[in-house]
Amino acid sequence: MAAVTQDTAVSMGRIARVFIYLLLLLFALFYLLPLYVMGINSVKPLAEITGGNMMALPQVWTLDPWRSAWSTAQIGVEPTGLKPYFLNSILMVVPAVAISTIVGALNGYVLTKWRFRGDTWVFGLMLFSCFIPFQIVLIPMAMVLGKLGLAGTVPGLVLVHVVYGIGFTTLYFRNYYAAFPTELVRAAQIDGAGFFQIFWRILLPVSGPIAVVSVIWQFTNIWNDFLFGASFGGTSQPMTVALNNLVQSSTGVKEYNVHFAGAILAALPTLFVYFVAGRYFVRGLMAGSVKG
Amino acid sequence: MGFLDIRNVTKAYGQVEVLHRVDIAVEEGEFLVLVGPSGCGKSTLLNMIAGLEGISAGEIAIKGRVVNGVHPSKRNIAMVFQSYALYPNMTVGQNMTFGLEMHGVPKAERDRALADVAKLLQIDHLLDRKPGQLSGGQRQRVAMGRALVRNPDVFLFDEPLSNLDAKLRVDMRTEIKKLHQKLKTTIVYVTHDQIEAMTLSTRIAVMNKGFVQQLGTPKEIYDTPANLFVATFMGSPAMNIIPARVKLVDGVPHAALTDADGAPRLLRFSQANLAAWDGRDILLGIRPEAITDPEGADRKSGNIQPLANRVTVTEPAGSDTFVTMTLGGRDAIARMRADAAVSAGQIYEFAVNMEKAVAFDPATEGRIAP
Amino acid sequence: MSTAPDFRTRLQDWLPKLVLAPSFAVTLLFVYGFIAFTVLLSFTGSKMLPSYNFVGWLNYQKLWALPAWNTAIVNIAIFASLYIIICTAVGLALAIFLDQKIRGEGVLRPIYLYPMALSFIVTGTAWKWFLDPGIGLEKVMHLWGWESFSFTWIKDGDMAIYTIVIAAVWQTSGFVMAMFLAGLRGIDNEILKAAQIDGASNWQLYRRIVIPLLRPAFLSAFVILSHLAIKSYDLVVALTGGGPGRATEMPATFMYSYTFTRNQMGIGASSAVIMLMTIAAIMVPYLYAELKEKK
Repeated sequence: MAAVTQDTAVSMGRIARVFIYLLLLLFALFYLLPLYVMGINSVKPLAEITGGNMMALPQVWTLDPWRSAWSTAQIGVEPTGLKPYFLNSILMVVPAVAISTIVGALNGYVLTKWRFRGDTWVFGLMLFSCFIPFQIVLIPMAMVLGKLGLAGTVPGLVLVHVVYGIGFTTLYFRNYYAAFPTELVRAAQIDGAGFFQIFWRILLPVSGPIAVVSVIWQFTNIWNDFLFGASFGGTSQPMTVALNNLVQSSTGVKEYNVHFAGAILAALPTLFVYFVAGRYFVRGLMAGSVKG
Repeated sequence: MGFLDIRNVTKAYGQVEVLHRVDIAVEEGEFLVLVGPSGCGKSTLLNMIAGLEGISAGEIAIKGRVVNGVHPSKRNIAMVFQSYALYPNMTVGQNMTFGLEMHGVPKAERDRALADVAKLLQIDHLLDRKPGQLSGGQRQRVAMGRALVRNPDVFLFDEPLSNLDAKLRVDMRTEIKKLHQKLKTTIVYVTHDQIEAMTLSTRIAVMNKGFVQQLGTPKEIYDTPANLFVATFMGSPAMNIIPARVKLVDGVPHAALTDADGAPRLLRFSQANLAAWDGRDILLGIRPEAITDPEGADRKSGNIQPLANRVTVTEPAGSDTFVTMTLGGRDAIARMRADAAVSAGQIYEFAVNMEKAVAFDPATEGRIAP
Repeated sequence: MSTAPDFRTRLQDWLPKLVLAPSFAVTLLFVYGFIAFTVLLSFTGSKMLPSYNFVGWLNYQKLWALPAWNTAIVNIAIFASLYIIICTAVGLALAIFLDQKIRGEGVLRPIYLYPMALSFIVTGTAWKWFLDPGIGLEKVMHLWGWESFSFTWIKDGDMAIYTIVIAAVWQTSGFVMAMFLAGLRGIDNEILKAAQIDGASNWQLYRRIVIPLLRPAFLSAFVILSHLAIKSYDLVVALTGGGPGRATEMPATFMYSYTFTRNQMGIGASSAVIMLMTIAAIMVPYLYAELKEKK
């Protein structure tokens, strides 16, 4: 192409442009609104919410709802706050993300650089497993976790998330490594490097970007998961399940400000990742539609 | 037994045979070029020598040792790839010594080998750069350096020049030839470019559809192509192939053909054995440089035949002028001196060097003379 | 002289498959084995625990006779179609508008997309209280002086399903926007210039040239959205809890409650099988085509 520019060749009139800006701003408000509502109402006394305007800024600023959500709010039957559940989520997410990313990298390496007959089928079967409605595996999974003694434990949740996460991580690394020249692998073979040496010395050093994508995607997905956490969490429930318990509890007064603070607490880690590494987050979403 | 023996080697993917009983013995110090159109099996053969692809039948031996099933790194070969295949994360120096490192060569020795080769290829100043910072020609040198450092028995080149622009390609071609003359290494070189094949090789194997069509020195391949495929694939512009009939005049075989206006013409053959083909159709092969203006004709030839014919198109190319005419109902190209006075539409008297003529059997497409 | 591969070569041949084998085995067992088991259960009279007394198609007959399941089917039909259509429309519009050399695109894009980073539970919580007439939007409007304003969908059995659509669109339309934007940026500018020289108006340009070229993005968006829609469980739980009453029951919530709280495992399994079939009908041809053209 002669001129590589990002803009389209389309040009519009002045009025049309004003209209477009207005519309885009309106949508920005729509997307920001819930965040705003959560934010300001999490630093208000409860009375200001029930007796006042949800959109108004607090008259009295307070961090009590955050303290309550974090350490004293009633979750289920225990007044523990969300803290232990936050910890559960961390303990679950870190190993699950690490394992599924490493396994995905190796799988992607094999599926692109050591191709064998039927490899596309193997990959297809693994990939489809990302898209199944997980309801179809809930019953047998509950039985197997019970048999393994992992029901209601963090390791059990790690296992579940690794099993149903490797399809996506494999997809990422496979698409990424597919664009990596196979001649390099052949050259390394002639140079005498073995299977793991080639992976370690040749492919891994250039896998940074896709590893970030995979880590972010897995982190977001596993952190945000609710179904597995609710089904197999037992006494080791993750943050999302705890938040839901907090919000849905039917006893006592509804402490909306605490609910909002809890919701933000549950959202903070993924939001943080999103704003720090948004570029990779978008890339992961794109790759999730299979095209590499 | 040669230095590198390819004995009855066959490659099949399931039921599909892509390489049929290839048999080549390469001597030490030889520069063998495998040339052919894409899909002819030349790269497959090279990969089989390298050990990157399995051998379905037959065997390959290097220095008398059968290497079927031997890992690529244990064949003592080195390969230069089309894309150069330089490891992007390593510096030039690390790239070049990676193979030695993998083979457990001590660091001091590696550094010495690296210094020698870097000096030879004049890339000393690039050793700390990453491949991404190099130009195409520099990458090409590094790729060759990586191969040289190993001091292998056989060098394998897989279309190493095809990613370079035209001028650089010619320069690097000369460079490779110089290197070969200096180091006297054994090289197997794959290309689809027949000029590379002609200029570099000591022997050429012309391949098509999984068969070696002809194996010989560049001169043999060029002057006496084994069949129509070799004749038309090697040489640019391609050899003119003109339908003709053998006709005896006073017991001497002539080629009877028609000129642009459909009038019959006779061209005397130098090859007496064509007398046996009297009255039968043949395909007459004449290279463009064997059809010239009378002043440009080869003085040493003992058989220059005049041929008056109408000129269709002239294409001055600077050093020569190419003239297209119709012969035997097909286009034929003549290669004239640049200042030959010839223009489209005129009748011109060409000089045909029939000593260089080749005749093919139209049925088998094999060469019948000389 | 031996023609058999040496040990190292043979090991190198096997290593890749050895490395891949555990993942493949796990997938076969935990995905396909489990699917087979659930299919099996759907033909048994399992109640609280799995049992193996086969009852044929009885569970499926019961399932389709259940009013709750019929509600779920109607709801998923309404939800999925509205969700897909609105998300696609909003996403496409935002992408086209953002593609007009907009100043501040770098600020707007992350704002449109950030909900995708949130858990559906968080989304559900935020919208649950925002749409609550007692404290949320309706009350705000009243306080701002619009006394007659009424927005009680979330408490209204007929309308609650649409609040789920709103929250779901809020969460994923930015993602669809990103997909379309990537598609738009991938279109060769010279094609657009050629069309303009041919005299196409902006409207014609988009309708006749650009949108047809976005076909792959439409397909991907459709597949991703429909798969999200059928799996939607968390959002319903957090936003409406399936209520009011059972008004926002969906197949995913139905399956969960019949299996784990109502002790009707056989029926729960059969509903899961139907969910799987629906998704497979969309995903399998898509994945097949995607993997095929890659080869």
